[in-house]
Order: sequence, then structure tokens, then C-alpha cells
Amino acid sequence: MHELSVCQALVRQLDEIVQRERAIRITQVVVRIGPLSGVEAQLLRQAYPVASAGTPAAHAELILETLPIRVACESCGAETNATANRLICGVCGDYHTRLLSGDELLLAQVELERDELATASGRH
Amino acid sequence: MCDTCGCNITPGNAHLLRNDGPLARSADGREAITLLKGLLSENDRQAAHNREHFDRQGVLALNLMSSPGSGKTALLEATIEALAGKLRIAVIEGDLETENDAERIRAKGVPAVQIATGTACHLDAHMVHDALHRLDLDNIDILFIENVGNLVCPASFDLGHHRNITLLSVTEGDDKPAKYPVMFRAADVMLISKADLLAVLDDFDPAAAERHLRNLASRAPVLTVAARKQRDIDAWLEWLRTEVAAQRERVARRETLHPAVQSEGQALHANSGTGQPHRFVRLP
Ligand SMILES: Nc1nc2c(ncn2[C@@H]2O[C@H](COP(=O)(O)OP(=O)(O)O)[C@@H](O)[C@H]2O)c(=O)[nH]1
Ligand SMILES: [Mg+2]
Ligand SMILES: [Zn+2]
Ligand SMILES: [Zn+2]
Repeated sequence: MHELSVCQALVRQLDEIVQRERAIRITQVVVRIGPLSGVEAQLLRQAYPVASAGTPAAHAELILETLPIRVACESCGAETNATANRLICGVCGDYHTRLLSGDELLLAQVELERDELATASGRH
Repeated sequence: MCDTCGCNITPGNAHLLRNDGPLARSADGREAITLLKGLLSENDRQAAHNREHFDRQGVLALNLMSSPGSGKTALLEATIEALAGKLRIAVIEGDLETENDAERIRAKGVPAVQIATGTACHLDAHMVHDALHRLDLDNIDILFIENVGNLVCPASFDLGHHRNITLLSVTEGDDKPAKYPVMFRAADVMLISKADLLAVLDDFDPAAAERHLRNLASRAPVLTVAARKQRDIDAWLEWLRTEVAAQRERVARRETLHPAVQSEGQALHANSGTGQPHRFVRLP
């Protein structure tokens, strides 16, 4: 539901990168969303064309990566896989765990296209 | 996509929208840049700024979240009455405007600012910043921010507050924490609200609700509150007093506090500093 505003934040970051890098467009975007980020990959994908329309990031290929949910146990030290609503230790069952991965909401990588002629001639 | 939530452009972020990117021209040179930057870093920056405001003025800022109708406003009304003359309270009201929640708060003699969320499904740090400048925070001990009634969207947006309070009313299922792990994992305290109805509702088990919360690796205290009927908010008031004292100590030590939501994963997989992004040219 809030994926459109998240997507708009993403597009603003992409816009900044285009300006900073003096690129002309973004061709690919890699976003890492954990199952515990609160953002649905499917909804983010649907929101992307709307949020990016008319910007240099429009038409970019959007790649969504998910890391597994992993927790580290403070009682027994084990690192185990977990699920969104069961974040307890997979070995001893203690709930005193720390999340190692699974809540990411990150812009991981951007592929951009420069105007080579402009770059070669030193024009920015 | 949720087309009723309309959380696209909020009054608070509208000024940030820019759609005037450079004209695209064809070229070949493609380059990949790895960044690992938080998608909501812009909101997080604003939230940090809000938190500075609160800390500078010695205010404890609390974010109330729940489903619609779980009793957020009723709890605020009861809290204001109970703390009258003891702690100074202000409220930023983000719950749906039509409910007239800000009016309900003002009727108790406390300053309240209503955020015009329109049909937005969550508050963000920019909206809260606009609202906090319409309040005189100098003479305030606790600022309550009543978020939009929604168990999904509000959990993703840091507002600059210090603590998350999540209400679960006994008229909802006791398995809500299992169904909305992102929201309940973010709770610094879970309040089982409308506890006066436990006597007549036999399908809500507070112990089961707490078990579901612990399964989220949450160490948050679980308190029961009744804001109407046989009012009982003593445990909650005690929690508030402790938090106000803790905030005063932090302010004296020039420290601050983020809500407990464990973001180790986010931190581990993001560049902490603003160092140069690592870059490489993509192979064809
Ligand atoms: N029995 C009972 N009803 C309550 C309690 N707290 C709130 N309510 C009722 O629940 C409804 C929604 O409450 P409200 O505070 O507006 O919920 P909000 O949407 O979370 O702000 C109202 O009809 C309240 O009277 C309570 O402690 N006990
Ligand atoms: Mg309300
Ligand atoms: Zn939404
Ligand atoms: Zn263990």
C-alpha cells in the first residue's frame, strides 16, 4: 500500500544519481527487499512504472533481490534460518535472537548510460 | 496496488517530487554502480532532524500504531486526564481527519495538531516535521503521535520518535502479531487494549498474544489497558513515567534513542557511512 511512496523515494534517489553522474538514463536498478522490510516486492514492481514515468529511470529493468531471514541466537550462539513470524532460534528455540538478514530495504546497484560523446569531449 | 490508501503523494513529501529529469539521448557507455543505500534514507534523514528537535527540547516522542478503532484516541484521552497537572502533553493527530480525533484531544485541554493525511495510509517524517513546528514543544514532556490506523504501512517510516507503541485490542484476534510481524516486531511496548471486554470475549487469550509476539524475537513488555468502562491504565502510566525519566537522563547525557526495531540486517547490508560508492564497469 505504501509501496508507491517507497517507489517515489527510490526514483528520487535514481534522479540524484543521474544528476551526480551526469548520466542520461538508468537502464537497470537492483533493489534488495527483505521479507521483514514491510514492502511487498509485487506491489513495488507495479508501482515502479507509475513512480518513474517521465524520469530518467523510466523503463529501467527493475531487479528485486531477497535475502533469506537469518537470526543469531544470544543463548546458544547458533545462526539459523527463520520465517517472518517465527524469528526464534532454530536450534534451542529461544526468542533472544538478533536478525542477521531479512529486513533490508536497499538500493543495491544501478546501471546507467552516459552520453559518451559528451563525456569524451569533456562536456558535462 | 492499494488504490484506496492513496499514500502516493503526501502533503509532506510533495515538495520533493521532481519529474524534470534530463532528456534521454542514445549512447552506449553503460556503467554499474553499487550503492547499498537505504531506500527511505531521505525519510530517515528528516526523521533524524525531527529527533534532534525533540531531544533539544527535552520531549519524549511516542508513535502510536494499531488497526483502525483499536482505541488509540480513547487511550490518549484517558492518559491526558490521568496525567493532568503531572506531565505536559501534546498530540500530533495523524489518524483519519473525519474522526475528529484532534478535537477530542483539544477538548481535554491539550494542544493537538491534525495532520491532513487525506487518504494516506501512514505518516512520514516530513509530515511530522511540518506539524511539530505548529506546536510549542518547549513546555511539553510527552508528544504523542497518533499514526494512521493501519497495521502495515506505518511500520516502515521512522518519524523521529523515540518509542513505538502498538495496540492490539481484544476484539481483534490474538494472532495479529503473527499476521503482521513487521508491525509488531517494531513495538517497544505492546498494549492489549479494551481489556474490560476480556470478561465477555472468550476467544482472545492475552497469553497467546504474548506468545505470538515473543515468536517475533520481541522483548517488548506487554501491558493490558482499559480506557473506557472500568478504566485501568495504571501499568501504562507507570511505563510512561519511566520513559519520561529515561528521556530526561538521555537528554542530560546528550544521548538519543531510536525505536527498538532491530535493523541489524539493514545495517549489515548497507554502507554505514557516506563513503564513495564502489563502482565497476559492467561486462557486456
Ligand atoms: N469497551 C471499550 N471500548 C473502547 C476502549 N477504548 C476504545 N473503545 C471504543 O473503541 C472505538 C474506537 O476507539 P478509538 O479510540 O476511536 O480508536 P482509534 O481509531 O484507534 O483511535 C470507540 O467506539 C471507543 O469507544 C476500551 O478500553 N474499552
Ligand atoms: Mg483515533
Ligand atoms: Zn498503503
Ligand atoms: Zn539458540
